[in-house]
Amino acid sequence: MNNELSNPDIPVPSELQSAVTITSLDKIYNWGRRSSIWPMVFGLACCAIEMICTAASRFDIARFGMEVFRATPRQADLMIVSGTVTKKMVPQIVRLFNQMPEPKYVMAMGACASGGGPFKEGYNVVSGIDKFVPVDVYVPGCPPTPQALLHGLIKLQEKIDSQSLKSVRWYGQETSEAVPVPVLGPDLFDPRQHALLAQQAGQVQENTESVEE
Amino acid sequence: MYGTGILKGMGVTIRHLVNSFVDDMRFLGQRYYSDSSMNIRQGTEGRGVFTVQYPDEKLPVPEQFRFIPFLLYENNKDGSTTDRCTSCGICAKVCPPQCIWIERSSDPDTGRPIPEPTNFYIDIDICMNCGYCAEYCPFDAIKMDHDYELASYDRTEAHIFDKARLDKPVEYYASIRPTDYLAEETARAEEIAKKAAKKEAAAAKKAAAAAKKAAAEAN
Amino acid sequence: MSDKDSSGTLPVNEVASDSLVARFDGEVHSDTREGYEGYIVAANMLPEVANVLRDELGYDYLSSVTGVDYIDENHIEVVYHADQTAGGKGINIKVQLDRENPVVPTLVPIYPGADFQEREVFDMYGVQFDGHPNLRRILMWDGFHGYPLRKDWKEAYYEEDVKPFDSRWPGGGVKRSEADNPYGKNVSYPPGFDINNWTPETDDSLYESLQKTTSNGKSLHTDSIVVNIGPQHPSTHGVFRMVVALDGETITDLQPVMGYLHRNHEKIGERNTFLQNMPYTDRLDYLCSMSNNFGYALAVEQLMGADVPERAEYIRILMAELTRISNHMWAIGFLLNDLGAFQTPALYAIRARELILDVFEATAGSRMMCNYMRFGGLARDFPDTLRGEDTVQFITDLVENTLPKAIDELDQFLTANEIVRSRCIGVGVLPPDKAIAYSAAGPLLRASGVPYDLRTADSYSIYDRFDFDICTRPNGDVYDRYLVRVDEMRESTRICQQVMRDIPAEGEIFSGKPQYNVRVPAGESYGRVENPKGELGYYVVSTGKANPYRYHVRAPSFVNLTVLGELCKGHKVADAVVILGSIDIVLGEVDR
Repeated sequence: MNNELSNPDIPVPSELQSAVTITSLDKIYNWGRRSSIWPMVFGLACCAIEMICTAASRFDIARFGMEVFRATPRQADLMIVSGTVTKKMVPQIVRLFNQMPEPKYVMAMGACASGGGPFKEGYNVVSGIDKFVPVDVYVPGCPPTPQALLHGLIKLQEKIDSQSLKSVRWYGQETSEAVPVPVLGPDLFDPRQHALLAQQAGQVQENTESVEE
Repeated sequence: MYGTGILKGMGVTIRHLVNSFVDDMRFLGQRYYSDSSMNIRQGTEGRGVFTVQYPDEKLPVPEQFRFIPFLLYENNKDGSTTDRCTSCGICAKVCPPQCIWIERSSDPDTGRPIPEPTNFYIDIDICMNCGYCAEYCPFDAIKMDHDYELASYDRTEAHIFDKARLDKPVEYYASIRPTDYLAEETARAEEIAKKAAKKEAAAAKKAAAAAKKAAAEAN
Repeated sequence: MSDKDSSGTLPVNEVASDSLVARFDGEVHSDTREGYEGYIVAANMLPEVANVLRDELGYDYLSSVTGVDYIDENHIEVVYHADQTAGGKGINIKVQLDRENPVVPTLVPIYPGADFQEREVFDMYGVQFDGHPNLRRILMWDGFHGYPLRKDWKEAYYEEDVKPFDSRWPGGGVKRSEADNPYGKNVSYPPGFDINNWTPETDDSLYESLQKTTSNGKSLHTDSIVVNIGPQHPSTHGVFRMVVALDGETITDLQPVMGYLHRNHEKIGERNTFLQNMPYTDRLDYLCSMSNNFGYALAVEQLMGADVPERAEYIRILMAELTRISNHMWAIGFLLNDLGAFQTPALYAIRARELILDVFEATAGSRMMCNYMRFGGLARDFPDTLRGEDTVQFITDLVENTLPKAIDELDQFLTANEIVRSRCIGVGVLPPDKAIAYSAAGPLLRASGVPYDLRTADSYSIYDRFDFDICTRPNGDVYDRYLVRVDEMRESTRICQQVMRDIPAEGEIFSGKPQYNVRVPAGESYGRVENPKGELGYYVVSTGKANPYRYHVRAPSFVNLTVLGELCKGHKVADAVVILGSIDIVLGEVDR
């Protein structure tokens, strides 16, 4: 049996060891999940090329059970945000994230997805996808090499291993809420900041009024 | 005949399959998990199986490989350390995305700047690994690292590297970039020798002049 | 004035100069500013001048349209670069417009290839192109506030006009830019923007502008439908969106929508110093960073008048040609992906590409973002060893044996395949006259039988020393584009073999002393190279300061997309995917 699974704390008689493994439910649940993470086909920029190289024969992501890149978010477990997130693209990304079923994970691949990267100062660039969707693993680099990405995926597997059926949010009482989809206006507008924006505009108006006075 | 093209193409895939077994036999026993096997499989001679079994084996990165900069310090004989960085700011100026922040120290008494950074920050969420800082540093104090395994769960704390996080000993640098290190050390030794020679020459000249003067006075 | 033109410093085609200035007396002037060349044309005369250029002087190919905001002189200049497909130097004409109300007649009826580029100038500078068939924003979204490339437009994270920023040294107060923004994000809103009385823009006008039916009037009454392919779609090679109007399964109209990867390359580029732009060019067409470097280095070297040592020239060409092979490998692999041969051809192609990346990684330090070229040479020479082998030996092996074998194998694998043939032959046919009119470049143009390749047409570096052929094919369909790519890979290996044979064994790779703050004399330059995807041009304007005043990239992928709608009309949806794959775009370059 797979010794990855067995629980060393509980002894199994030696004559049964070839046939019996005692494990915990969490362990087998997490083992199943982490050995078949299906990423979404989701290439944004330069990092996507390295992501494809990771899936190709030299680095072969299939060794981790992750080769099944799904084109639809409905069948995907993992969204690898691979590249610069622009304001024009972020509504679609949030929508795709909302369409993914739980349990879902997000990986920010590369400097751009993590925090804006070299293009951070640009007017059309979102400085980090974690401003909109929760990110589980950040992989630094510009771009991360395929091995760096694999390291990130191993970190994600570790994270999955540490979760427990009892406490995961998708079996909890409250349903997970969808992230409000940002809207493109004069600039990118996040519905969660509606009040702040209304207030700021009010302040500007007050200022101009006071100047006029 | 219709279909021959497809069959020919399939021949190619079958050849790939067969090749991987043939190659196993050709390199019997030395095909996997050693440095020399890595060179065979990943070099121009490589056929068949090509996959690097990361993380059990890693594709070695070449010496010039660059990934996030680090700062060098020298280990002195008495156990103390000296930063190579003089906080001249060239790396911060040349950095294309401006991800380097340097706090220059100043002497607490005189207020004059001293050549040592109080702190040094690199925002690795902005860094584009271009290597300019290492290329244009006149003191060989900042170099590009080889460590790419930096994935983390949280970026707010972990992704602005401060001086403590960036500091690495010169020996580490010598181990990841031996050729560069050797070339730089030779150049530096030459420079020092040249300076010493110059100083010596100047001293000799001075001595000669003094001797001449003394001789003249004696006359 | 004409004396000045014909003096050695200003290489202007004299025939053009005489007839243009003479014929349009008072309407066309030679550009006499220091370091500039070309002609300044009165806005209302532009279409006539363009007609003369195209029909009488042979400048049938409009390569680039861009704008420059001369804020101190209070005008916006629109710059057009035209070429002769017969070969030779290009010509540039400029129109100067009032900043407050910039209006200029469109050139789309004369050069259809101006379409997207004019839209980009409209998007970035607010220049109205009178008579343009579809003048809407292209990189930003409708409703965005302001024209970002104008010099007085400032973004949310604006720090200073030019780099390096003062806050980095010696104070060093590290912080994230978000900390200064009231929204904690990279956003700013125009003053007085009232969120409660605002309705977002929709795509309705875009959908309505599509031609809906083929209307032969005879068939059953059917509704035409509009389908969005992308921006997140596996066949669009990134974040690219095609809005397709369908009659059944037949495409009646197709409108590309882009800008989903608009990373403000040019705005950032104008803030950077000249040298700082080099690593950014890597990220334009991220499959071809070496040749992107090459083009930018040429553009700035033109201004500086820098010399490049012999050995460096050879290495540059080696790298550019290896890039071409790796790009075409990728393009063919993913064309087959689009055809439905999922993975296998792509895997074989990527495998060959990995070995080229090994060369790049060992010499330049990064697999993809090479940042290898400098003004006046290269960053460094070959390393001693690569994968335990002598580097020169490794590269020689690669270009003599491994790559030719890989190309032959790909050829054997795919070329005769009946499915590939039936899906590709006769699909997306681009006739030569149309290819030229739409400013198509690279394999797209050459597959239509036009032997236009900058390596011979306007030879740069030391390409004249090598023996190679310009590959063309007569039919202009998807299959021919594939074949042209295979042929070009073979020619590239030939060039590489010659490089490895002739390269001086020793020698400098950089002229002068490496400097981080290069001085570039004032003036303009248009440096261009034949990138794997077509003509990549950099239009750089320097005012003699440390950073470029204007930095524009004429991206082949972007301009090649102009003809996409035209190519797809009448084909099935599945073919649109294949046609897009055969154009071979990279979004980093399309959107910049």
